[in-house]
Amino acid sequence: MPLASYALGMMDASVYAPEVFARGLPSTLQPSAVGVVPAGSIATAAAPLLSLQGIGLSFGGVVALADIDLSVNPGEIRAIIGPNGAGKSSLINVISGVYRADRGHVLLDGIRYGQVPTQRLAHLGVARTFQNLALFKGLSVLDNVASGLAYKVRSNFAGQVLGIGRSRGEQRDSLSRADQILEFLDLTTVRDRLAGTLPYGLQKRVELARALVAEPRLLLLDEPMAGMTAGEKSEMAGFVRAARDRFATTVVLIEHDVGVVMGLSDRIAVLDYGRKIADATPDEVRNDQRVIDAYLGVASDNEDGAGI
Amino acid sequence: MTAITSNFSAAPVLPKWMASVLLLAFAYGVVPLIGSSYLFEAILLPFLALGLAGVGLNILTGYAGQVSLGSAAFMAAGAFAAYNLNLRVEGLPLIGSIFLAGIVAAAIGIVFGLPSLRLKGFYLAVSTLAAQFFVQWALTKFSWFSNESASGVIDAPRLSIGGLALDGAVGRYLFALTIVSILTFLAYRLVSSQTGRNFIAIRDNETAARIIGIPVLKTKLLAFAISSFIIGVAGVIWAFAYLRTVEPAGFDLDRSFQILFIIIIGGLASIRGAFFGAALIVVFPLGLSRLGGFLLGDVFDSGVLDMSQRIVLGALIILFLILEPDGLVALWDRIRRRLLFAWQST
Repeated sequence: MPLASYALGMMDASVYAPEVFARGLPSTLQPSAVGVVPAGSIATAAAPLLSLQGIGLSFGGVVALADIDLSVNPGEIRAIIGPNGAGKSSLINVISGVYRADRGHVLLDGIRYGQVPTQRLAHLGVARTFQNLALFKGLSVLDNVASGLAYKVRSNFAGQVLGIGRSRGEQRDSLSRADQILEFLDLTTVRDRLAGTLPYGLQKRVELARALVAEPRLLLLDEPMAGMTAGEKSEMAGFVRAARDRFATTVVLIEHDVGVVMGLSDRIAVLDYGRKIADATPDEVRNDQRVIDAYLGVASDNEDGAGI
Repeated sequence: MTAITSNFSAAPVLPKWMASVLLLAFAYGVVPLIGSSYLFEAILLPFLALGLAGVGLNILTGYAGQVSLGSAAFMAAGAFAAYNLNLRVEGLPLIGSIFLAGIVAAAIGIVFGLPSLRLKGFYLAVSTLAAQFFVQWALTKFSWFSNESASGVIDAPRLSIGGLALDGAVGRYLFALTIVSILTFLAYRLVSSQTGRNFIAIRDNETAARIIGIPVLKTKLLAFAISSFIIGVAGVIWAFAYLRTVEPAGFDLDRSFQILFIIIIGGLASIRGAFFGAALIVVFPLGLSRLGGFLLGDVFDSGVLDMSQRIVLGALIILFLILEPDGLVALWDRIRRRLLFAWQST
């Protein structure tokens, strides 16, 4: 059964592939437009690439997500923020099919899923990074990034061992594309190091490279800047923006650092206790009273400490 | 660290493949001329068979991260399959029956690899014990496998390729060396291919591997199949070239552990490591018995030898796990680097 479903996955991929390219092209025109036109008008101009409808998820009695709706337009950088335990990572896991939502469904490119098929995620043009590093420690940086193209490999192991058939071309193609991404993200100097030996900030960037090498239409970033210094954060933000502009990738990103998010995103959704309490442009979110109460905080009115 | 290694690459080191070519030239050209029959029978033949089995297990355990305690079962499957194919299929050349024996072992490997789709680590290791006990039981229980022989011990067929008899110690050594070299080369190509990278990806982070689209289930079963194929062929060499008898008792759990120790001591996820480990495992008991006999004389009989072997080997494994988790290969590389550095600075 696993083998059969895998085989089906391959077939589906070849069916979708032309479509992927056909839809990918017009969206290359959009990134420049996104910055200028207010977000609201894009929503009417293009169908959302991803939308969540009434997503609910609970672990035992703990409600992680309650009735979440979210739509992500092609080419935008969409941030999801919220305090710890607000359900941000759960949401990414639902989108990428790691969790199955109890209620609601995920619409990816117009196709409706109860649970997004994880094994086919790459074929659907979705890539993600993980909150805790999920690199392959025993592979070099180059091989880590090249493995982001493993889903495309059609040659079998015998062809690869003997170096015959399409395996040679595939190998050359994977490595050269991985090299291009390494150059793009300024990782060429660590190309041949084992991924596990790199400092934390660089490992985060290698993970971004591994996700980007497949040139996904939708990139899910789970706290890409967690634990970084301010300098590394702004560098990372620059890379995320550059990736969006160069590959016309739609980005959904979870982040704690509100300052970085405000500057980077086109629209921000705010979660609190599994509910979406706001969904608007950075400026609107910054002034939303509920967001301020839940997350951003205010200078205390009670400065003289009366009543304490 | 990078700075240091890049310094070394500037040194006049032979390219990687040159070292292998020189080693092979020595093994083919020089060893048969100078080696004694004791060297072939007691050291080189078991070394080659166990080294190849180590390469097979390393692909599964070292690269793909699936722990197996069933290696001896796959060796037995290979040995008995080759024996029966050779016996029952008219006109099948020896090489053909060895290849098909590998396929049989691979098929059994896939069956016993199915639990790996659900189980990990320790639990998987225990489930591979099922292979160990089942195969040994089946081979003992059904005497058809050993051609109705009363003792269950059967003589291996004579080795010959294309009419060329390879019966002597040197002939069997060359026979084993050729098969081991070819399979090792192919294994080396495999682990540096995309499939090999998929193995490591699944070992290091299965969830991430699945998300980026590596077919996890298929790749795990492939690792079991390839590993069992190689171990099966190693079993043929063990039975046909080294022992020249085929019996289930030689492929017991101790043998499985021996192969696991080989890759732990030699170095996980290293093709060379399997041979380093096998060399140590084969030479170490001989050295110990010589040393013991020399120091203690008659007190050091076979019982004491066996016991001291286990104690010293156990201690060695613990030491390696603590001091050099990457095995003899890492030790060797470090020593070589030091020597090169010393040589450069003079």
